[in-house]
Amino acid sequence: MDSGAHSPGSSEGPFGRNDSTGNYGMRAPSEQDIVAGNVLLAVENVSLAFGGVKAVAGVSFDIRKGEIRAIIGPNGAGKTSMLNVINGFYHPQQGRITFKGKPRAAMRPYEAALGGIARTFQNVALFKGMTALDNIMAGRTLKMRRGFFWQLLRFGPALAEEIEQRRRVEEIIDFLKIQHIRKVQVGKLPYGLQKRVELGRALAMEPDLLLLDEPMAGMNLEEKEDMSRFILDVNAHYGTTIALIEHDMGVVMDLSDRVLVLDHGVKIADGTPAEVQADQAVIDAYLGVSH
Amino acid sequence: MLGPVLETLIGGLMTGVLYSLVALGFVLIFKASGVFNFAQGAMVLFAALSFARLSEFMPLVIAFAFSVLIMIALAYAIEFLVLRHLVNQEGIILFMATLGIAYFLEGFGQAVWGSDIYKIALGLPTDPIFILESVFPGGLLIDPAELIAAIICAVMVLVLAVFFQVTRVGRALRAVADDHQAAQSVGIPLNQIWLMVWAVSGLVALVAGMMWGAKLGVQFSLSLIALKALPVLILGGFTSIPGAIVGGLIIGAGEKLAEVLLGPVLIRTFDLAGGGIENWFAYVLALVFLLFRPQGLFGERIIERV
Repeated sequence: MDSGAHSPGSSEGPFGRNDSTGNYGMRAPSEQDIVAGNVLLAVENVSLAFGGVKAVAGVSFDIRKGEIRAIIGPNGAGKTSMLNVINGFYHPQQGRITFKGKPRAAMRPYEAALGGIARTFQNVALFKGMTALDNIMAGRTLKMRRGFFWQLLRFGPALAEEIEQRRRVEEIIDFLKIQHIRKVQVGKLPYGLQKRVELGRALAMEPDLLLLDEPMAGMNLEEKEDMSRFILDVNAHYGTTIALIEHDMGVVMDLSDRVLVLDHGVKIADGTPAEVQADQAVIDAYLGVSH
Repeated sequence: MLGPVLETLIGGLMTGVLYSLVALGFVLIFKASGVFNFAQGAMVLFAALSFARLSEFMPLVIAFAFSVLIMIALAYAIEFLVLRHLVNQEGIILFMATLGIAYFLEGFGQAVWGSDIYKIALGLPTDPIFILESVFPGGLLIDPAELIAAIICAVMVLVLAVFFQVTRVGRALRAVADDHQAAQSVGIPLNQIWLMVWAVSGLVALVAGMMWGAKLGVQFSLSLIALKALPVLILGGFTSIPGAIVGGLIIGAGEKLAEVLLGPVLIRTFDLAGGGIENWFAYVLALVFLLFRPQGLFGERIIERV
């Protein structure tokens, strides 16, 4: 699962061993940093265009192991495009992506899933005809080892596996407090709960990197608080690295360790929430000074 | 009176099983991609043509094996050349693609295999069987060829139903049909799923083509049999394998009974020229169903909040 990269040793400094170059900058991950496994995903100079429209232009950033990384920016900044690049829906025309220390070739979404990347979608993409339970079980697809024919026979190892998978799914259902809607067709659920089921499906994949596209869009305050708690809990208990897109600044500042700011497909700031908040370019982008 | 009616009913049910088999081909692809595969009929024709021509100069079993390979190769080609490029597109675009595939296959099949009427001789017994001779005068006539075809189809339908309902392939299929993107994001390989259902549909088309071909001869009109599957699907529900089975039986038995029972009444009452009820009865039944139960007998009713 870990693809050879070992986890950072506790004796090492926060930015890994020093070597001859000695420049472990806060913003720019070095090759060694990536190899050492501190950086889970590194995006280098990635550009993505649709016809003549540049969605992402030369963006570089990294996601470190165990952090909550926010990607923010005004509408059309290229945030979702960035997530789609990471999870393989889009293939960038330019740039390099290194995941778990390995440069990654253009991959399909299911290969990304196989590699440990799970995600949720901006406009909830659940399997609407299926129950909440089945939706979350679908997230276990890759964890099922027994072949179809074993499944067909429904005894022995296959049955044991089905039970084991089911147990894990029930844990997630308990964790997200959605026991009462397990058997409900998700199409019938209110939006906030759908978002929660979608998070459950992503968690069922036991991902190394969890991508959340506006997990709190369209939620009321209470739902937002619940969702924030779930995100923090996932990060704390399972150590899952999380990258999220969110518009609610309060939420972003509370949750995230570091914030990447995009505007018109270009990176305009990258740093801690406090740094980003004080950045003039960010303020301009949000208040629309440039117009 | 009861004797002939029962005889008609049995004949109708056996035809119905054949309808079920054709409908099943549609259901599989619809479940996996949410698309009505217009090319199913063309696939039936293509498969039947392949088998008929191959069986002219090789034993039936080998001809069958080759035909299976041809249908799998066809599934590969369709996935590789067409479907792969249409991931995440609207259903109507996929539908148009199947329309294109349908006409291409019809033409291509005839270009490769010829456009005459070919016979498929499966060597099934032809002497009629009479059952229940003690109950009805003269007994009930059953065509053994039809009976064997019906049994083969029934077995095939059951095996597929179990395979897709019980295994987790079923869950993956439903997931893919509901949302391409989401299915991919949880690690369901869309292309492999599509490849699989098209290959299985091809196989179903082959068996259906062989059975119908043995009955009617392999000719262009075989591709129109697919149209009979439409009312079956509306009755049973596009996403339901049991629906395809029950729908096929109802349509098969219904149209035969209507012809025999309703026909004479209509002719007498309205002084019509009569006949041909069999040709439209299924569609009227489907229309009535659409009005009262649009999702079909077993279809999923998806209530969506907006």
